[in-house]
Amino acid sequence: MKKLFIKRKKEREIDVRNEDKLRTAFLLQVANIPGGESLKKCIQCGSCTGSCPVSYTMDITPREIIALFRAKDMKSILSSRTIWICASCYACTVRCPQGVQVTDILYALKRLALEQRIFPKRFPIYSLSKSFIFLANRYGRSYEPGLILAYFLRTNPFKLVGLIPLFIKLFFKGRIRLLPNKIKGTKTFSQILKEAEIMEMIVPIREA
Amino acid sequence: MEYTYYPGCSLEASGKGYDESLRFVFGALEQKLVELEDWNCCGATYYMSTKETTSLVISGRILALAEKYGHDILAPCSSCYTILYKTNHILKNNFIMKAKVDQALKKDNLRYNLDLKVRHPLEVLVNDIGIDSIASKAKISLDGIKIAPYYGCQIVRPDRGFDDKENPQMMDLLFAALGAENIYFPMKVRCCGGMLMTTYPDVALELNKKILESAYENAADLVLTTCPLCQINLEAYQNKINKKFKTDFHLPILFFTQALGFALGGTSKELGIQRSIIPFQLNEIVKGEAR
Repeated sequence: MKKLFIKRKKEREIDVRNEDKLRTAFLLQVANIPGGESLKKCIQCGSCTGSCPVSYTMDITPREIIALFRAKDMKSILSSRTIWICASCYACTVRCPQGVQVTDILYALKRLALEQRIFPKRFPIYSLSKSFIFLANRYGRSYEPGLILAYFLRTNPFKLVGLIPLFIKLFFKGRIRLLPNKIKGTKTFSQILKEAEIMEMIVPIREA
Repeated sequence: MEYTYYPGCSLEASGKGYDESLRFVFGALEQKLVELEDWNCCGATYYMSTKETTSLVISGRILALAEKYGHDILAPCSSCYTILYKTNHILKNNFIMKAKVDQALKKDNLRYNLDLKVRHPLEVLVNDIGIDSIASKAKISLDGIKIAPYYGCQIVRPDRGFDDKENPQMMDLLFAALGAENIYFPMKVRCCGGMLMTTYPDVALELNKKILESAYENAADLVLTTCPLCQINLEAYQNKINKKFKTDFHLPILFFTQALGFALGGTSKELGIQRSIIPFQLNEIVKGEAR
């Protein structure tokens, strides 16, 4: 009888020991960003938060992200909504008086959270990313209708109905392709991607 | 001059008008655009924010292919432009990443020798061809038309060095020379939300509303964009915004090349203007006569 009740997978707990692991992984990511070391120079002025067009809907502001990193609380950072709501507009990066690459740091956190799978189920950004990567790997190019379809099938298929009027409008204006456009070298392209996957796992060792 | 043209996936479908008008404008200005053969998707922000090395590899493939042509590569889509520019920058500065990318590209006998410049058409038009030269070739004056030049985020930021980051002027100057009037438009570099429209629509609708409101209140006839994603967000979701915020926007959103092509004597069909969802006639807005 017990077998009938499939237990939900517990959210992976991040304990204190993991904190150091997460920090190291994060710092390795930051080391790859040109100018990433400027993270140390943050003076907590809040220009990033003030410039951000979406900070009003974040739970932790960009300034607080850096403060929490210094306070050794990677858990709060990685489980925040902030890193996912960033629209990559680079307003913070441009206005930072200390040259902190805020957007790129948020990218690094995104990659880390995905790697550690710290996000809710049916998480929109993860689903969109997955759908996009699936299509791009298959055809070598992005394919908008396929992307939207794959995305909503992964998250909420009912919302697709609401998009039909827009789809029809765009279709009659000749702005939607019915079939995806493939590149010629799809075979070698996937070989390149396979090799890239292997390269992705190679992390250069740096002294702390 | 000759340029290698990288259209990007959006310009094949939803941004078709951008592709058509860009080709027309470069043709009318006697510049050569050679499309990069067998180009692949640049990976956009999806790859960059999830798998860094893979992102660099696929955009590295584009750079390696384009390098063989021996000319600067033009990327009209803001997202492609940012990603290609960034990849170029990282590969030039980080030899570990460069080695990884080389290793992957070897599978297709490709190699990128770091000898390529990534450029945006707007900057090429203003810096290489020159505003005066464009204005002298204009056939129709854009007199009496009020435009809101919307640059969006990713062409001026983070640090492209080709225009001011807070108050860029290229489009303003270009269209002022063609006779159009630039409205006061403080939202010109404000973010449209990009892909948030699919993932967090409430946030993105709010951002787009602010941009449209600014253009509308300052009595713009047209909003000109440089990015296919901004264009579709501002145009296709106007109905939704009107419903949600009880506003009444009917602003035509064009690519800057479409308005430029119109001034250079292109027809609505040649420039893909008839592909707009919001019905309007450019001829009616423009009160000026043929030069």
